[in-house]
Amino acid sequence: MAGVIARRVRKQRAFRWTVLLVLGVFFVLPFVAMVEFSTRDAETWPLLFDWPQLSERYPALAEGITNSLLQAALTAVLMLVLLVPTAVWVRLRLPQLRRLVEFICLLPLTIPAIVLVVGLAPVYAWVTYFLGGSSLTLVFAYTVLVLPYAYRAIDAGLSAIDVKTLAEAARSLGAGWGTVMWRVVLPNIRSAVLSAAFLTVALVLGEFTIASLLNRTNLQVAINFLGKSSATMSVAVSLTALLLAFVLLLLLSLLGGRRRSSAAVAPVSPKETTT
Amino acid sequence: MARRPRLRGVTSLLGTVPFFAYVAIFLIVPTLVVVIGAFAGNDGGVTLANLRALGTEVVLDAFGRSIALSAISALVGAVLGALLAYALATANPEGVLRRTVTAAAGVLAQFGGVTLAFAFLATIGLSGFVTVWLQDTFDINLFENGVWLFELPGLALVYTYFQIPLMVIVFLPALDGIRPQWREATESLGGTTWQYWTRVAGPLLAPAFLGSALLLFANSFSAYATAAALVSQGSPLVPLQIRGALTSEVLLGQQNVGKAMALGMVVVVAVVMALYSLLQKRTSKWLG
Repeated sequence: MAGVIARRVRKQRAFRWTVLLVLGVFFVLPFVAMVEFSTRDAETWPLLFDWPQLSERYPALAEGITNSLLQAALTAVLMLVLLVPTAVWVRLRLPQLRRLVEFICLLPLTIPAIVLVVGLAPVYAWVTYFLGGSSLTLVFAYTVLVLPYAYRAIDAGLSAIDVKTLAEAARSLGAGWGTVMWRVVLPNIRSAVLSAAFLTVALVLGEFTIASLLNRTNLQVAINFLGKSSATMSVAVSLTALLLAFVLLLLLSLLGGRRRSSAAVAPVSPKETTT
Repeated sequence: MARRPRLRGVTSLLGTVPFFAYVAIFLIVPTLVVVIGAFAGNDGGVTLANLRALGTEVVLDAFGRSIALSAISALVGAVLGALLAYALATANPEGVLRRTVTAAAGVLAQFGGVTLAFAFLATIGLSGFVTVWLQDTFDINLFENGVWLFELPGLALVYTYFQIPLMVIVFLPALDGIRPQWREATESLGGTTWQYWTRVAGPLLAPAFLGSALLLFANSFSAYATAAALVSQGSPLVPLQIRGALTSEVLLGQQNVGKAMALGMVVVVAVVMALYSLLQKRTSKWLG
């Protein structure tokens, strides 16, 4: 019996390394290729990190980068302002609404971004009428896109603490709702808020569908546009954007690993929105 | 006093007004626009003409190709992803290898869109790294029979890049649910490895595998950006057809046909996701 098990362990190890090697090559190759491709022209990388030069040579790209960073920050703020108080409030006072809120928040998962754009087009005609056609107005649509992932993260954070007792304790000591939210609940779900914000930023930096079809500019739209004229530069920007998103998401998975709560791991990846 | 609880309920509801107002405008209204628009005629009346337009050859072909592409990339992704997940499941659960690969899978599953398209252009594009290398060292022309990277085979290859990691994420928990005792029990009753896989582990894992494959299907079915960045000629897929309908408002009635196609996509995704959650329930019952 021991011999059988030892043989199986050996076989499994051989299998493991074969699979990892073959798939590893498949997954690493595009990155190697991107590095090689973007260094064919020696001035690409220095130019990318020389902001004044870059915005002069590629104004659309510079605009896209600025827009995307602003969109990411604003979406994260709007998402938190909208979601955290509502989630806390529903837990405390309206538990019968929890299923409804959850359903609404997860709804965008079954609506592909390309479908959402079709419905958003008339809504954005009004947004443009009231607020102008700035690319920053995309923040409204992006907040909807990130809702499922942000909700899951925040809901998992709230499940890990006893919101009700905390809030009652604070209230009985004379705290107002603002204090409860800002100084009691928020510090307790800090890591959940952080993961929701990270996911939001990573998603918004990768968004293309809505921006391109509503005729607004962001990083991905600019990269796509640039690809037609300067392939080297667009690959270099792609690589940088990717690495940035990867660092964010790796930090996120480290956060999640430390917390070790299985509920925080989204069973559905945020792919739908980025592809 | 009797009225107070109710009053409290009403004021409590006020706290949720911003959230519900927001999702009403930016989520519910767009959904309704698609659903109602699919049945609205150009004069505002109710019509089935848009849905009938789904029956035209162009649209049917697009749906067929979208479904074929999603099925192939889901199948390949599911099989390779399951192999990788099994490789991880047999490794030390607290080991560095497993932790690194699952973290990488979590990150790569989100990798998509324009950047992924450019990554593959740099790899196997016309002047890509691998293309040039194969040409120079082995005199192999990757695109001897046409530039397939910008067509369905290319898209299927590119989609696999995010499908495999997604499969690892969703399938690994099911593999972890398999207990070593089951294998020992099979062996002590005289079963072979083949019998263990076909009679014990296979049937137990089948719902999880099928469910994960369905999720992968929905994932690539709703993908748009990667295809939009790679395919430059024509609109072979449904999302690209919808783009055509959205951007060419001049074509009479195209707008609402776009909505009908969008509704068709939602129906496909909803059916697939419903099956997925059904299979997911079975999985958690058997392997939870």
